[in-house]
Amino acid sequence: MANFIDRRLNGKNKSTVNRQRFIRRYKSQIKKSVERAINNRGVTDTESGESITIPRKDLSEPVFHQGKGGVRDRVHPGNDQYSAGDRIKRPPPQSGQGSGQGKASNSGEGEDDFVFSISKDEYLNLLFEDLELPNLEKNQLNKLIDYKTVRSGYCAEGVPANIDIVKSLQGSVARRIAMTSSKRKQLKALQLELADLEADTFDHVSEIKTVKKAINALEKKIAAVPFIDTFDLRFRNYARQPIPTSKAVMFCLMDVSGSMDQATKDIAKRFYILLYLFLTRTYSTIEVVYIRHHTQAKEVDEQEFFYSQETGGTIASSALELMVEVINDRYNPTEWNIYGAQASDGDNWADDSPHCYQLMMDKIMPACRYFSYIEITQRAHQTLWQQYEKVAQAKTHFAMQHIQTADDIYPVFRELFKKNTQQVA
Amino acid sequence: MVKKKMLSDGPDWTFELLDQYQTEIARVAKHYKLDTYKNQIEVITAEQMMDAYASVGMPIGYNHWTYGKKFIQTEQNYKRGQMGLAYEIVINSDPCISYLMEENSITMQALVMAHACYGHNSFFKGNYLFKSWTDASSIIDYLLFAKNYIAKCEHKYGIDEVESCLDACHALMNHGVDRYKRPQKISLEEEFKRQTAREQYLQSQVNTLWRTLPADKQIKTKHADNFPKEPQENILYFIEKNAPLLKPWQREIVRIVRKVSQYFYPQKQTQVMNEGWACFWHYTILNHLYDEGLLSDQFMIEFLHNHTNVVAQPDYNSPYYSGINPYALGFNMFIDIKRICEAPTEEDKQWFPDIAGSDWLETLHFAMENFKDESFISQFLSPKLMRDFKLFHIHDDEKENFVEIAAIHNESGYQALRTSLSNQYNLSNIEPNIQVINADVSGDRSLTLKYTPHSEIPLAESSEEVMKHLHYLWQFDVKLVEEHHGEEKVIAQCPAVEKEKAS
Repeated sequence: MANFIDRRLNGKNKSTVNRQRFIRRYKSQIKKSVERAINNRGVTDTESGESITIPRKDLSEPVFHQGKGGVRDRVHPGNDQYSAGDRIKRPPPQSGQGSGQGKASNSGEGEDDFVFSISKDEYLNLLFEDLELPNLEKNQLNKLIDYKTVRSGYCAEGVPANIDIVKSLQGSVARRIAMTSSKRKQLKALQLELADLEADTFDHVSEIKTVKKAINALEKKIAAVPFIDTFDLRFRNYARQPIPTSKAVMFCLMDVSGSMDQATKDIAKRFYILLYLFLTRTYSTIEVVYIRHHTQAKEVDEQEFFYSQETGGTIASSALELMVEVINDRYNPTEWNIYGAQASDGDNWADDSPHCYQLMMDKIMPACRYFSYIEITQRAHQTLWQQYEKVAQAKTHFAMQHIQTADDIYPVFRELFKKNTQQVA
Repeated sequence: MVKKKMLSDGPDWTFELLDQYQTEIARVAKHYKLDTYKNQIEVITAEQMMDAYASVGMPIGYNHWTYGKKFIQTEQNYKRGQMGLAYEIVINSDPCISYLMEENSITMQALVMAHACYGHNSFFKGNYLFKSWTDASSIIDYLLFAKNYIAKCEHKYGIDEVESCLDACHALMNHGVDRYKRPQKISLEEEFKRQTAREQYLQSQVNTLWRTLPADKQIKTKHADNFPKEPQENILYFIEKNAPLLKPWQREIVRIVRKVSQYFYPQKQTQVMNEGWACFWHYTILNHLYDEGLLSDQFMIEFLHNHTNVVAQPDYNSPYYSGINPYALGFNMFIDIKRICEAPTEEDKQWFPDIAGSDWLETLHFAMENFKDESFISQFLSPKLMRDFKLFHIHDDEKENFVEIAAIHNESGYQALRTSLSNQYNLSNIEPNIQVINADVSGDRSLTLKYTPHSEIPLAESSEEVMKHLHYLWQFDVKLVEEHHGEEKVIAQCPAVEKEKAS
């Protein structure tokens, strides 16, 4: 007889392990695909996964099988015109032969690439594998402590707003029962006595009177026990629990002077996307401050930051000054993890560069977790780069990289955030 | 007989209804003497069906990336609507496990039950290949053993190590079957005991084989004639027993892959018969039930619609043509055998004197039990069916710039047509014939394989890659030769990279 089993409620992800094995195995190819994909994404598009393309030949599992050529005999159905001995031109290789035995590999040349989707998490994991935020841990433990208030039981003292009514009334009931129990017993005994006396055929007027008086007294005493007492009150207790803050702010600084063309800005934008994505993996909330500058700096929104046209000379320190101002105004370094990323083509008014150095050393670097500077240019480095090099030597959480074309972005990004063992030493 | 109440035709199914249908189908199956393993019918969702797909029909599979790849492929295709999922998957085990998909209507469920739980199931139990090559009662145990063993190896030796070993074995999987020797049936406990014993014993065995001491010179020259004495077709078995440097756990993995390959070997050889048999029975059983008045017209229309789709054979010039549909060929052959038994024509009497006019049920059971695709076709394909299918034979010689029609469905062509169709299902013509001819035990320990082409068909380029995998297992030079006009030509080889291990 047959036995029916309903398996629908069983786990459906029997293949998850095998899927992970697959991704693990083809990590290098998948990574390449991910790197290609990063160039085609919107700035704050962190929600979607990514579709991955792997050349099919990389995936094939080779087996011994027969190749093309030789003498083949095949039987086909549906003869409509041939008789024995007919000679016909050999049909083009695609059609006719091939899949008869279910051996698709026989005709293996025209196959598409292997395309599949990975989830957002898988995508980001691959994208930022082996990367970490520098200096994060030690700073967080030292300073970046926020407090969360959590419930922790009950206590006998507190402000009226925290009274727990149920708990308090439970206390009151208990207290009342405890305080009146002996009196209730006496009362019950007296009441019985009274009933006996009244039921008796003889008159016991005086005795009844005394008993009644005693009953009265007892009832008064019982009633006098307060319904609720301060003793009963219970207050919800709260404790402050320290939690590492998860707030971060990212400053995007960009030079929008005349020398920065749209292509350069686009490269900068890609870099900011990566940084943003990377930070979202560590912090639950991230604020982004966009500061652009030419001779003057201005805080703007994303759209304006990337797309508005500006011209003019360049004074980089203006942006740094504005950054310091914004930090002082809104982002207390003890509460916020501050990250800075500056992109520029390297042009700066020569006299301004030393000023930038000063600002960096005195104001910005002490407040920042990390500051990265990328220079997008095909020309030789100028004063700003030289000044920043000095900063980089003095401060370990300052990093600078040079980008020439869009292809450099991801490698440079990896370079900036790769797990650094030297730093520890 | 009391007329029974018509069964509900759904379209939705419930477990009670499934059970009612199942009971009726079982009754009819018994009437037709179908002998089956106990059925275990599992209702699963589409996602679970994709899981089952990915594990190539094994209910329990060890973990490997290739199954992940298959799963992703299936999932992608299914999501894009490029393919529908099969209505069922059935596993050759005892009890016989069949999967029904949740989405099927009651008609489809009934069709699937008749097809899988009684058709395929009785085939698994009755056919001689399955009887001698697979052991339905121990396969689940064995797969469980394999999964646990491989998981244990991964834990012990690392995922990468195990993965490369499995990759190498998979590449040679088709050459891990004993075609002429029958495997022994052993249970899980025995398997465990033997495995541990083997592990220790084998290693010592192998080491002595490779012992080369100066004192042994005389023996060495004696030995030098050839090892193995006769060419070995089971490459994986040869490696398991003779590869010089494999570790015991690697040998066990080779063995596992070999066993799994062996388990699927009969299925490859009986595709036409197996599907044909199952189709014949779902068709016959449901028609029988319909004749008894148990099934509604609506049910039958839906059933026939699906049935016709399954057994359709597009013509060679149709855009849907992709070779001969095994369902169509098998189904029609069984129907045809029944016809020959019941109402033979003169032609049939001439062609099939043994079976014309015999009891059709007995003949059918005989055919199912004692043949495989190749012999089944050469025995039972009738001229009428060749005419119905309008079969024709194309002879394609690479050296000519035309192809020739060698035979068509006429008096002079029947025999030739039947022979060539039968050959088309002969595995030894389809799978390349590669055998181990020499292992140079006293010399450089190189391994030589020989490819013997069938009909001058060369080996595909992928053989280079396969040789790398073979080299991984053998760990000394491996080469593949092909005999060409009397002399042996090396067509692929993998040089030993790690010489230092040899000393």
